[in-house]
Amino acid sequence: MALEFRGVSKSFDTRDGGSLLAVNDVSFRVEEGEFVSVVGPSGCGKSTILSMTAGLYQPSEGEVLVSNQPVTGPNAHVGFMLQKDLLLPWRSIVHNIEFGLESRGVGRQERRARAMKELAHCHLAGFEDHFPYQLSGGMRQRAALARTLAIDPEIILLDEPFSALDAQTKLLLQNSFAGTIKDAGKTTLLITHDLAEAVLMSDRILVLSERPGTIIAEIKVDLPHRDQPIKRRQMPEVADYATQLFKHLKLEEKAA
Amino acid sequence: MVRTHATKFTSAGILALVLLAWQYLPTALDVPRFIIPTLSDSMIELKRMWMQESLLGHILSTALYTILGFVIGSLLGAVMGYLLGMSQFWEKVLSPYILALQIAPKVAFAPLFIMWFGYNSMPKLLVTVLIVFFPVLVNVLQAMRTVDRDLVNLARAYNLTRLGIFWKVEMPSTLPNLMAGLRIASTLAVIGVTVGELVGGNTGLGYLISYGGGQANAAMVFNAIILLTVIGFVLYVVLERIEERVLHYLPKAQH
Repeated sequence: MALEFRGVSKSFDTRDGGSLLAVNDVSFRVEEGEFVSVVGPSGCGKSTILSMTAGLYQPSEGEVLVSNQPVTGPNAHVGFMLQKDLLLPWRSIVHNIEFGLESRGVGRQERRARAMKELAHCHLAGFEDHFPYQLSGGMRQRAALARTLAIDPEIILLDEPFSALDAQTKLLLQNSFAGTIKDAGKTTLLITHDLAEAVLMSDRILVLSERPGTIIAEIKVDLPHRDQPIKRRQMPEVADYATQLFKHLKLEEKAA
Repeated sequence: MVRTHATKFTSAGILALVLLAWQYLPTALDVPRFIIPTLSDSMIELKRMWMQESLLGHILSTALYTILGFVIGSLLGAVMGYLLGMSQFWEKVLSPYILALQIAPKVAFAPLFIMWFGYNSMPKLLVTVLIVFFPVLVNVLQAMRTVDRDLVNLARAYNLTRLGIFWKVEMPSTLPNLMAGLRIASTLAVIGVTVGELVGGNTGLGYLISYGGGQANAAMVFNAIILLTVIGFVLYVVLERIEERVLHYLPKAQH
């Protein structure tokens, strides 16, 4: 098993001396090679779950395990990507992709070789010497994915990586990400507020409640073409899944 | 291309107009020469200064101390800025003093420095270092505070050490602000040296200003001011070129 949350709660100290419970008693597992999405209302602690998986901070209660090892700090098993591409503007694309390898004792030549390989996987061959400002938003996110894949993580964490893109770019990028991730066989956790995106890309969807976030539903997406969201998009069942999610999040009641 | 030509052309035109006005307006308005010397008066005086007052030595001395003060002051400012930027505790502890020193008019320290170090080059160097120090410090500190937290987190997730994060993320992130601070500092460096030379000493363009002023030689003062401006201008342009090189990765509109 690739990732497991065991009764995880996390509270933060607030400025007035109180504490805020962000995530409450969350337990779930993600199997190797699985693509799981986490959806929920804004402020439900989605990003907190991601940060704890990345080891940026520790749970207040419970345990987070990656490959059956408790996560105690930032570690080599996890690669994460945000809505912002977080490319270093002063580095060329290939140097950006090498960034994650530099503190891991990978030699210069091997770094370059791995970076060039991921560059090709992410359809960016020929752009290695460009600087981030010369690339479009979609290409920059692909470069960020290449950087994430270059460290060969066991789990990829995606925190709304498509939400800043226009509709067309988004669709193409979802497709390209899904294919690349499937080829690489990586376990993936996607945090998103886009319900359709969750249905199109995942094997399984976890629905979080409002703060304090806790899992209120788990939906298995029983559809083919996980590696090609554009194909999956044309299936009529997609709408049913989206409706299910809609109900769990009680969006209709809120609209009323 | 057409636009850059147009700006250059207009700019040169304005220069020509100013020089013409300088040459002919004072006489036309009956302003005496010891109040406003004309362009040709100043040029004649410039030649005399070159021959009789060893002008070159004064220029070189001022240029040397401007550069020296600028380099030392901005190095200290940058190092201090980065150190404080890495420690929130010390930044909070020291920030009122930094603010106070920043507000205090640095040139007013010149007489003190002369009392302490005598009539040598130390006072003007110290004034320059002091005046250059703060804009660099403040710019670097400000930039360190606003480094993207997500970038730092990414670096942490990639197992970079504290020092690695500094050199690979924080330091390059702050470069645009550092360069802006250096540009401001370069214009201030000339002021520092000038004040130091005005108050005490017998070399440099600042000294020529007070000497010329004492002799009611307005043309000498004019020339010294112009030469000081040229020194500051050259330093600024050099920095601008360096900045263009260093910050090549920024889209043109951003800087």
